[in-house]
Amino acid sequence: MTGLNLAATVGKPGLNIGIFLVFVLITLVVVFVVGRQNRTAADYYAAGRAFTGTQNGVAISGDYLSAASFLGIAGAISTVGYDGFLYSIGFLVAWLVALLLVAELLRNTGKFTMGDVLSFRMRQRPVRAAAAISTLVVSFFYLLAQMAGAGGLISLLLGVEDDKSTFFDGQSLVIAVVGILMVVYVLVGGMKGTTWVQIIKATLLLVGAAVMTAWVLGKFGFNLSALFGKAVENSPKSGEKILGPGLQYGKTATSKIDFVSLGLALVLGTAGLPHILMRFYTVPSAKEARRSVVWAIWLIGIFYLFTLVLGYGAAALVGPDAILKAPGGANSAAPLLAYQLGGEVLLGLISAVAFATILAVVAGLTITASASFAHDVYASMIKKGNTAPDSEVRVARRTALVIGVVAIIGGILANGQNIAFLVALAFAVAASANLPTILYSLFWKRFNTTGALFSIYGGLGSSVLLIIFSPAVSGSATSMIKGANFHWFPLSNPGLVSIPLSFILGVVGTLVGGRERAAEAGYAEMEVRSLTGAGAERADAVVPH
Amino acid sequence: MTTTGERQPGEGTLYEQIQASPEFVELRRRLRRFVFPMSGVFLVWYLLYVLLAAYEPEFMSIKLLGNLNVGLLIGVLQFVSTFVITTVYVRYANKHLDPAAEQIRTRFEGGNR
Repeated sequence: MTGLNLAATVGKPGLNIGIFLVFVLITLVVVFVVGRQNRTAADYYAAGRAFTGTQNGVAISGDYLSAASFLGIAGAISTVGYDGFLYSIGFLVAWLVALLLVAELLRNTGKFTMGDVLSFRMRQRPVRAAAAISTLVVSFFYLLAQMAGAGGLISLLLGVEDDKSTFFDGQSLVIAVVGILMVVYVLVGGMKGTTWVQIIKATLLLVGAAVMTAWVLGKFGFNLSALFGKAVENSPKSGEKILGPGLQYGKTATSKIDFVSLGLALVLGTAGLPHILMRFYTVPSAKEARRSVVWAIWLIGIFYLFTLVLGYGAAALVGPDAILKAPGGANSAAPLLAYQLGGEVLLGLISAVAFATILAVVAGLTITASASFAHDVYASMIKKGNTAPDSEVRVARRTALVIGVVAIIGGILANGQNIAFLVALAFAVAASANLPTILYSLFWKRFNTTGALFSIYGGLGSSVLLIIFSPAVSGSATSMIKGANFHWFPLSNPGLVSIPLSFILGVVGTLVGGRERAAEAGYAEMEVRSLTGAGAERADAVVPH
Repeated sequence: MTTTGERQPGEGTLYEQIQASPEFVELRRRLRRFVFPMSGVFLVWYLLYVLLAAYEPEFMSIKLLGNLNVGLLIGVLQFVSTFVITTVYVRYANKHLDPAAEQIRTRFEGGNR
């Protein structure tokens, strides 16, 4: 965060908070009303599988269009131009992996969590443990990014500076409030409540972005070329270069490889994100799961086209220098653009939408992580399947509390980091640890327990280790830990190494493990079930565990 | 899982029987024949885009119309191709996958009673 002494706030803090409070109140009422219908574990984790494909598609966009998409991408495009656009494209194209290879088959095979699918025909305990650990790590990285976004946003809106001299400052208080609210949503509303929060938020975000996009284009007579021309004019440092690739990643041979690594992690990460995968269980059938993804692809795609206009619009109307100098840095591009366009009221509205975004996404992450712990670790491993669904849900709720506390502390530590970048790390871990294992499980008969453990732990371990020893953590000007340098891995995104490694380890592990009769016999059930839906979990089916 | 996992005399489990049936083999062939090549196509097309952006910035910066350049065109085409592949897949699934899956599922549920 820049320690500047300019007028730190834009807009009226009172108005900003007021609009946000209205959103919180409305969603709390919704969550409370629908939360009262939660009875069974299927209600709590999978909303009784009663959402339609359309509803779930909107909710998926709500889960997916996080602070990284809105604040992060708009900020990146406004300051480094075209290189920020890669995030949009990678985040969108990635959905084809989910649509073609994962969503429907996963819906038919699993029950509540990613671990259900990965352990389907393997030895339960080790594979579930691995799936749960990977779910927790990915969700944690993702949570950090969202919490960091909350801190940055509040510094802009309320003029609460990031005080480096103390651990708990004004921004930390805001992060704590976000954390507490998310836990309330999850505890009271379960998956049903959380899904409705996502739907409300996605609608607000899409409408807000559409209005701003039309407004920006209107200022330039709906001439995109004129908008780009003005963005160039207003970016004295980069000039014409803001319209082409290379501004951020084109400097050295290493940074170019880093760009490719990021691109790979983005496109393969989505279909391995546990909080996205879990959403497919909230619909009654594979066909509805497909419909959800189709809705999500259209909504997300249109939104990312908006961010292109918003990013260059912020460069043209606010200017990269002013954005970088503002509290919150690049992440404040979208709110600053809103202020420039529609003054205090639009700023208040857009900021409230951004907050809602963060709040909804952290709630989605929390329910996923707590479900994975309660279902995969507690019920299946500690209790070996001998639990009442009630006690499993009770454990899930307690876990949500713990995750809330951890997220608050982690968010305070990660405060000030670039959000889109942090999320990209979560994508890299998901693409390395989860996607290869999911694909092998679904499509490769011989894949076995050893193979699954090799690819999960290999992908997880290598991606996390490479991140720790990358310039993202130490040894560069933008590192997480300043003033230390223990990096030896040159890339800030590990995907290029860790994703292929995990695919290879899956094969190696399978060969090392030898033939596993049970896993191969289970493949018949898994394949028939995944392709036809025979024996799949039904809507509202109360399945005794 | 429990009822269907029991062995039917001499023929493997119900799931194994279905898996071996010609209808199921055909369904799997139809699914894989579509999703594998299509995944290859969009991944290669996307990686081509990423590599062009990383290593051919001059090419991507060639202006086509006013300030709109090749990079923007290829970027927007990535959106278009994603929307097109989505639509084509849904049509294919509705026509070639869903009815076959439905048929096998019905038979399975009949045999599972």
